[in-house]
Amino acid sequence: MSDDAKSGLDALDEGPRPSDPSETVDAPAANPDDHPSVAGLMARFGDAVVHHEEVSGGQHVVHVDPARNVEIITWLRDDPAHAYNHLADVTCVDFGGGAPLQVVYQLFSMEHKRSLRVKCLLPLDGLEIDSVVPLWNGANWLEREVYDLFGVTFRNHPDLRRILMPQDYAEGHPLRKDFPLRGRFSRAEQTRRALAQDVDRFYIPSERAAGREPQEVFFPDPDRPVPADAGDGQG
Amino acid sequence: MAHKTVAFAVGRNPEMGIDGRPTPSPLDPIDVPEPALGSEHMLVNIGPQHPATHGVLRLVCELDGETVVNVTPDIGFLHSSFEKLGEYRTWNQIVPLTDRMDYLAPLIYNCAYVMSVEQLMGIEVTERCKVVRVLLMEMDRIFGHLLWLGTWSIDVGAFTPFLYTFQEREKIYSLHESLTGARITTSATRVGGMMADLPEGWTDQLRSFLDDFPSTLAEVHRLLTNNGIHIGRTQGVGAISQEDAVSWGLTGPNLRATGVPYDVRKDRPYYDYETYDFDVPVGRHGDCYDRYLCRMEEMAQSVSILRQALDRLPGGPINVDDPNITLPSKTDAMNDMESMIHHFKLITEGIKAPVGDCYFPVEGSKGELGMYVVSDGGSKPVRWRVRPPSFVNIATLPKLSKGHMVSDMIMINASLDIVLGEIDR
Repeated sequence: MSDDAKSGLDALDEGPRPSDPSETVDAPAANPDDHPSVAGLMARFGDAVVHHEEVSGGQHVVHVDPARNVEIITWLRDDPAHAYNHLADVTCVDFGGGAPLQVVYQLFSMEHKRSLRVKCLLPLDGLEIDSVVPLWNGANWLEREVYDLFGVTFRNHPDLRRILMPQDYAEGHPLRKDFPLRGRFSRAEQTRRALAQDVDRFYIPSERAAGREPQEVFFPDPDRPVPADAGDGQG
Repeated sequence: MAHKTVAFAVGRNPEMGIDGRPTPSPLDPIDVPEPALGSEHMLVNIGPQHPATHGVLRLVCELDGETVVNVTPDIGFLHSSFEKLGEYRTWNQIVPLTDRMDYLAPLIYNCAYVMSVEQLMGIEVTERCKVVRVLLMEMDRIFGHLLWLGTWSIDVGAFTPFLYTFQEREKIYSLHESLTGARITTSATRVGGMMADLPEGWTDQLRSFLDDFPSTLAEVHRLLTNNGIHIGRTQGVGAISQEDAVSWGLTGPNLRATGVPYDVRKDRPYYDYETYDFDVPVGRHGDCYDRYLCRMEEMAQSVSILRQALDRLPGGPINVDDPNITLPSKTDAMNDMESMIHHFKLITEGIKAPVGDCYFPVEGSKGELGMYVVSDGGSKPVRWRVRPPSFVNIATLPKLSKGHMVSDMIMINASLDIVLGEIDR
């Protein structure tokens, strides 16, 4: 194997190249009067609205204080002048290199035909934020996915479990930049874990309580003495 | 041969005639003992390898007899980490990943992804490209709905519509094939345009499909819409209110069946959809039957949009005229030094996107399909996120199924129109 090919594989194991955080965080602030909800947010919440930018041809993004995310989003949803009743998406962005994770809410108002992106920046040593499941039931699975793939904990979430990866997945959170593309364990270890049979891998506790004890599958003991009248097993 | 007279053991009215006709006198009540049923619930796994789950989906059902007490969908069996893979690929190399998500309507995914990247980069595609993409997306809306219709009718117990719909799908497969060379994994789009322009005769092929398709649709309508069994299996099953549907994030026909007229093509128009003349069908009851009616009407509306788009299909180039985005022709790359340099740079480095992020939703066949791309100024995305409509829709299955029978749960699952490739990504 040539050195070039080898360095390519090493790059795969190291994960994607981290961005320079200074490039991404200091985007120029936009004029809040361009978007009525941003102006309203700034008038009402003041310092909790950390940053406002306009990207990609008229898409407005506000960075808000992660400690007050539910309060701010509740106001955006319930205030009739804004009425962002549709939570299109909850996701997360990791820029790598120690930059804070961004939890991203895509909001849309069906009444006013207006969209707004709300971001909360979470430092790597404090990956916790309040859940918006009390506002939208649809956030349940979306937040579970963020928890599963990024390791962000959502407080007050009714059912915070892994969703795409197995419940006992021990290699971490795959979409983080420090996660190598092929996983942390060797292929042999991954296979061994995937084949491990344990009923608790496949059910959540409430389901186990609802069902009976699983039936044992009977495998003949290979060391058992063969009865005299048994055939040779080839008939 | 010896005869043996069968004596009815209990409850037989002696006045009842030998032909079994009932007589006016009341029957003696039969004392049937209560069966000794256990009151405990049963835990049943449906899937992950089961045809009724429409993919590799596992439903852990807690049943009381035949009634669903609770159901927990278990997903992730097809998880391929497409979003992670995208972070190692240049913007154009991601296109093949998109059609592997929704293999039932691949062109919508191809188009939605590059539309988001183009918006991020500030690229305005040509007029011809816009109309061609509208053609492809509406064609694949029919394509996706036809698969739903076929599998739906099998779930309801009717086999014939399945054959009709797959015959029509085969024609769209041929259209895919003549445009892209592939039947399912189309990868037809590129940032700034298309992999190739429409081949000769393609529009005629599409027109002949549009001429034949409405009669097939009418046939399936006739077989199912007023069919007593179909109505009995679907009306009032899996109903959801408008408020709940919005709260659960339902989009697409599942949301519109409740009466909320949210359609991305109308409410956040892209590619001049506001200039096309079409209606958004909405239901009233939010149950399986209304979802069925909405999708049936959507196919008819898509036929109308396709006809309008074919009529307005302009000539001209399909790719943007920018050597930093579009690959030069092979002839130019071989004969002209400048084109060769552009070709080399585009292949080895890829296109650079400016710093920023972009969320671009389109109306997919399953609901609001959003593509969220984040760039740090490089030729690969920092994050590529798909807002998966099926993922959000299947999350409502426990709510819709509780209290229904197991067979109704299968219909509810079919009515949500999911595709597991996109749920698991």
